[in-house]
Order: sequence, then structure tokens, then C-alpha cells
Amino acid sequence: MNIRNDTFMRHVISLIIENEAGALSRVSGLFSARGYNIESLTVAPTEEASLSRMTIVTSGSDDVVEQITKQLNKLVEVVKVVDLSESAHIERELMLVKVRATGKDRDEMKRMADIFRGRIIDVTDTSYVIELTGTQAKLDSFVSAIDAGLVLETVRSGICGVGRGERVLKV
Amino acid sequence: MVLTGAEIVIRSLQEEKVEYLFGYPGGAVLYIYDELFKQDKVRHVLVRHEQAAIHAADGYARSTDKVGVALVTSGPGATNAVTGIATAYCDSIPLVIISGQVPTAAIGQDAFQEVDTVGITRPCVKHNFLVRDVRDIADTIKKAFYIAKTGRPGPVLVDIPKDITAQKCEFDYPRSVSIRSYNPVVKGHQGQIKKALQLLLEAKRPMIYSGGGVVLGDAADKLTALVRKLGFPCTNTLMGLGGYPATDRQYVGMLGMHGTYEANMGMHYCDVLLAVGARFDDRVIGSPAHFASEPRKIIHIDIDPSSISKRVKVDVPIVGDVAEVLGEMLAALEGTSDRPEQAALAGWWKQIDEWRRRDCLKFSQGEELIKPQYVIQKLWEVTGGEAFVTSDVGQHQMWAAQYYKFDKPRRWVNSGGLGTMGFGLPAAMGVQLAHPGSPVACVTGEASIQMNIQELATCKQFRLPIKVVMLNNRYLGMVRQWQEIFHGNRYSESYMDSLPDFARLSEAYGHVGIRVDRPGDVEGALREAFKRKNDLVFLDFQVDQTENVYPMVQGGKGLTDMILSAEDL
Repeated sequence: MNIRNDTFMRHVISLIIENEAGALSRVSGLFSARGYNIESLTVAPTEEASLSRMTIVTSGSDDVVEQITKQLNKLVEVVKVVDLSESAHIERELMLVKVRATGKDRDEMKRMADIFRGRIIDVTDTSYVIELTGTQAKLDSFVSAIDAGLVLETVRSGICGVGRGERVLKV
Repeated sequence: MVLTGAEIVIRSLQEEKVEYLFGYPGGAVLYIYDELFKQDKVRHVLVRHEQAAIHAADGYARSTDKVGVALVTSGPGATNAVTGIATAYCDSIPLVIISGQVPTAAIGQDAFQEVDTVGITRPCVKHNFLVRDVRDIADTIKKAFYIAKTGRPGPVLVDIPKDITAQKCEFDYPRSVSIRSYNPVVKGHQGQIKKALQLLLEAKRPMIYSGGGVVLGDAADKLTALVRKLGFPCTNTLMGLGGYPATDRQYVGMLGMHGTYEANMGMHYCDVLLAVGARFDDRVIGSPAHFASEPRKIIHIDIDPSSISKRVKVDVPIVGDVAEVLGEMLAALEGTSDRPEQAALAGWWKQIDEWRRRDCLKFSQGEELIKPQYVIQKLWEVTGGEAFVTSDVGQHQMWAAQYYKFDKPRRWVNSGGLGTMGFGLPAAMGVQLAHPGSPVACVTGEASIQMNIQELATCKQFRLPIKVVMLNNRYLGMVRQWQEIFHGNRYSESYMDSLPDFARLSEAYGHVGIRVDRPGDVEGALREAFKRKNDLVFLDFQVDQTENVYPMVQGGKGLTDMILSAEDL
């Protein structure tokens, strides 16, 4: 009964932190020093310029995730921490994919982009850049749906998350 | 009024009523040292190595309830300070460290004596700042003191580039501070306190386990009152010694790796455990799985939520200031006529007394070799238990913890978390400055003392009459003990060869040195040393080389798996 529960679960942690130099390294340093997983981390200033908002995707047992949120809260510059995955929430990630687009592949790529509600935002004689937004799973399935041999590069933003409905994370 | 950054630094320290500033000058802090020269409110203590500056500030803080303050230069000044900062961080000691930095324009240019001090210290401070504007200095120093001493205390570093200390701005020291992202909880949750009290009153085999938090939170009086009122047994961690009077009948001794038989057995077999300002670390409970194998209810009071349910699951967590929460528990206990079931409690005490009869700390002092335990026992007798005792790290530290009976908090000063050799002597300097006229002993070994022995010069300069009690066994004793037990007696590099004549070395620094070889001379030497109120006396006790620290719980084993003596090996 006093033992840790060791089933790993994916968690989306959202936090508000002072927008100061070094704040990001305090968070990332905490994760590496304590051996916590980071699947993705996004950060940008909020509408209030002195604050930044981060979304961290991590995984661990309940006990580990409880420690992660406590340790994050302990950082002097962290204002608020919430585990979004505790209740209904929305996740979105942005992906830019540069693909080879020549001959018959050109139409095929356009079709696939349309099916996934992507947009082609850069066009050359031989390539497209496709912009796609969605959950991690949607982006993954787009990548696996297109011909891997045509992918020149992909870049993903990591996910942003927000609670559904009246649940608001604000200072 | 308009002041330079350097003036603002010193004025801010004056506003914080800083008595002593432990430090070492260098290029990046020259303006600050220049201002220090022009005033006499903040007294500077010149150490011989920056690590010692931090340990001295640390000893000062541990033995008082004040913030320790140190000043170091950029580059090597800061890196030398890191071990001291990490030591304080591990034991939650409130410090403010001011470090010089290369001029703003030179940052990132690999300038002379440039290191990323804020980056290097980030994992071992409670918080740190790089000041980029002269107008931020006063505010930042105010915040640093506030963060260092509130909540779970810890070291805070303020890095100030040299050009900032030369620039000028209007000075107005802030009266108060508020940080929107930092609001430590003080009061405990009422419902939880009620639940905890209920559990305690229903306990049949209770145990109270208190740690460094009780000492740092100035809660020893309240803890003692609660333990006495309940009639329960109490054990202290290495960091918590003095939190409950060691000579009291309800005290069962220190627990953990080198804890007493009765404390470890009681800890394991209790049915309700009240943990106060302690964190169930590996040196205290051994294997968490083994600890969990015996069912018990756990109540945990701590100021730091992340210490709760970290290594063991807790049934009743109470986040708050320990003095505050214990005070409320006491008040609630006054308000009820419920008392623990006396018959069950008597049965539990009978069991504890039976464990006590194992007399796990017994040793026999013969005619020939000095037993290290005997020296500590005599130290306790000679000082009437009233001394401040600092220690280094190793066997001598454990013997000091086991055989010096601390009845008061803040008398025992040691590096518990980080285990820093070289801590004892500089820490004793800070303690002696904070308590002039009080007896201060530094219990050390011949290996540890050499890690900061240069501080004997600082002791001379500032006339610090510390008594160095060195247990000299010509070994890295704790390493040797582990090699004996776990590595087939292969004493790899744990023998201390080419030792200096410590008594003469001490004399070379201008102190008194005494070498003691015979058991019969131990008490006399200690009495002579403490009679010399104005001298640092360095006592070199030549002790039994083969003595081990018992009881011992091997790393990773359960608390009840104790080696009680050499016969158990």
C-alpha cells in the first residue's frame, strides 16, 4: 500500500510562468535532473507579456506525475500548474511537411492535403510545404498516409492544450 | 539618494541587518569591496577559500535563525562556492550568496573569470538571479532574503555584473516584498489536523519521527510539548537532533542507517507514525518496499508539498509551517478530554524498553587504544551537553550524532544531505561568530579536516577559539568500514598516508595543538582545551583504527536488518 503505482500514463501539463530569462531552463533542467520524461514542450508569451504559458507532454506513473506537478509548483517563477489530462481538454499541434511534388505525385499530394484539411503554403516546381493542424494522432496518420519516400522534412510544434468549457488557467 | 550599485549592495545588506559577510575578493567584486571598506556595520570575514565562506555562512545560519550571507567573485570564486551552496541546498539552509560577474558587455564572450554562474548553480539553489540593471539591485536583494527564509528555506544566489556595481541610481530599500508566483503555505488544513489527532489518539503503537524541519522551523518546544502530552516515543533524524531532548526518557535515539535498535524497530513496527519536518530519505528508512511491508498509518507535516508522498505513501498529509501546525495540534489536544489508550501504550513501551535493553551503543574502553565513541562521550560530559558541535562527514560524524546527547535545537551542525567533507571547520567559524563566548567543538577526522584546513588561518585572524576534536584513525574510516563489509577487506585507497603532525601544524598557524594517545589522557585533554577560552585548541586523538559504526543498516536493506556489532558480520 505504501508502494508506488508503476503504470505509465501520458499527461498534458499546462503551466504559467514568469516570462524571464532562464525560466525555460529551470523547467527543462528540473525534468532532466529528476529523470522525468518530456515528450514535447512548447512555450510562448501570453496576452499578458510578463507571463509565458507552457504545455508539457510527459508520461509516468500517478506518483511520478504528482511529483512532477509538485516540483513544478515549487519553482519560484512558476505561477500556476494544471494537469489538463485530469479532465476534458483540447490538444492541437502544428506540423509543416515539405514533400517532393512532381509528376503524378503532385496531384496525389494535393488530394491528401485536402483530405486531412491541410493547406499548401509553399509551392515550387518540385515541392510543396503542407501545413497541418490537429491532434498528435491526426498528424501521425497523415505522415503514415503519404509516401514516406516523398517526405523531404517535417517539423512539428509540440502540442498546445487548453481545458474545455469554463475551466480556465489564468492568473 | 543616488548611489552606485556597489553602495546599494552594501546598503541593502545593512538594511537586512547582516552582521557578518563571509567572502573573498576578486576582480568582479572590487567595487563592492571598496564600499565594504568605507563602512563598519557589515563585518567582513575573510576566508581562505570560497567553499569555506559558504560553509561559514551556513554554520552561522544553522546555529541562529538568521540568513547566512556570503560574497564571492566571478568564475573560480563562484565555482568554488558551488559545493557550499549545494550543501546548504540539500539541508534547506537559508543563505544569500552574492557573486560578482564579468561586465554585462563581456557576458558570453568567454571573458577572463567568466562562468555561467546562474546556470551552474541553478540545480542547487532555491532560486537565483542575474541582475541586469542597477535599478534592480535593491529589489532583488530584498527578494533574495525573502525567498531564502520563507517556505522551505534554501540558498539564493544573486549574480551581479561588475559594470552594474559602478552605475548609479536612486536608492530606496523596499519595505515589503510580494511575488505573485511564490506564496508558501503557512497554516495547516484544519480538517487534516483534526484527522491526524484522531489517528494519534487511537494509536496503539505510536511513533513520532522528527527531522531537520523541526529545528529550522523553530518548532522544538512545540514538538516536545506534544510528545510529552501524548506520552509517545520520539526519534530524531540526523538533521533533527536536538529537536527533542536526547536525555529525555521518551527519546529513543536517532533512527536510520546508524540509528539505534529501538528507534529503527519502533519506526518499523509502529501502527501510527507522525512524521514532522522529515522526508523519509534513503538513509532514514532504507528500502521503501521493506518499510511498506508492515502496515501503518502515516501522518506527515511538512512545509514542502513535494516532500510528501515522495518515497512513501502518506495517509494524512498536512502542508504547513511545522511550528504552526504543531501549535494547532496542541491546542486541539487541550480542547478534548480524549487520551490515548493507556494500556496499549504501556504494552508498547514495554516492547520498546525490551529493545532498549539490547544496549546497541555499548562499547568497552580498554587501557590501550582510545575508542572514538569514548572521546565523544567525554566531550559531552566535559561540556555538560551545552556545546555547539559541528562535524565533518564520515564515522566521526555518526559517533558524534550517536554519543553527544543534544538537548537543544541548533546545537548540532552537520552536512546531512550532501555529506560534504570539509564542512566542519568553516561551519564552526560561523557558529562561533554567532555565539561568541559559547563552547564550539568541531568533531572531525584526519581526512575531512584536510579538505578545509587552510581555515585555521581565518580562525587565527578572527580569534575564534574553536575546539577541534579530531578522531584520527589514519583511514577514510567510513570508506574503510564499507570496504571491510562489502568489498572483502580490500582497502582500496582508503588509507591516509603521509599525515602531517597536526598538533605542530596547528601551532604553525598560531594555535594550540595537543596529541592524545592514551585513553587515560582523553578527559584531561578535553578539560584543558575547554579551559582555554581564548585559544583554538586542536586535539589530535589517535583512535582505534578498526572501530566501526554500529548499528548499521546496509544500503537498500530494511530498517530492521541491522548489524549490531562485528559479531553479526
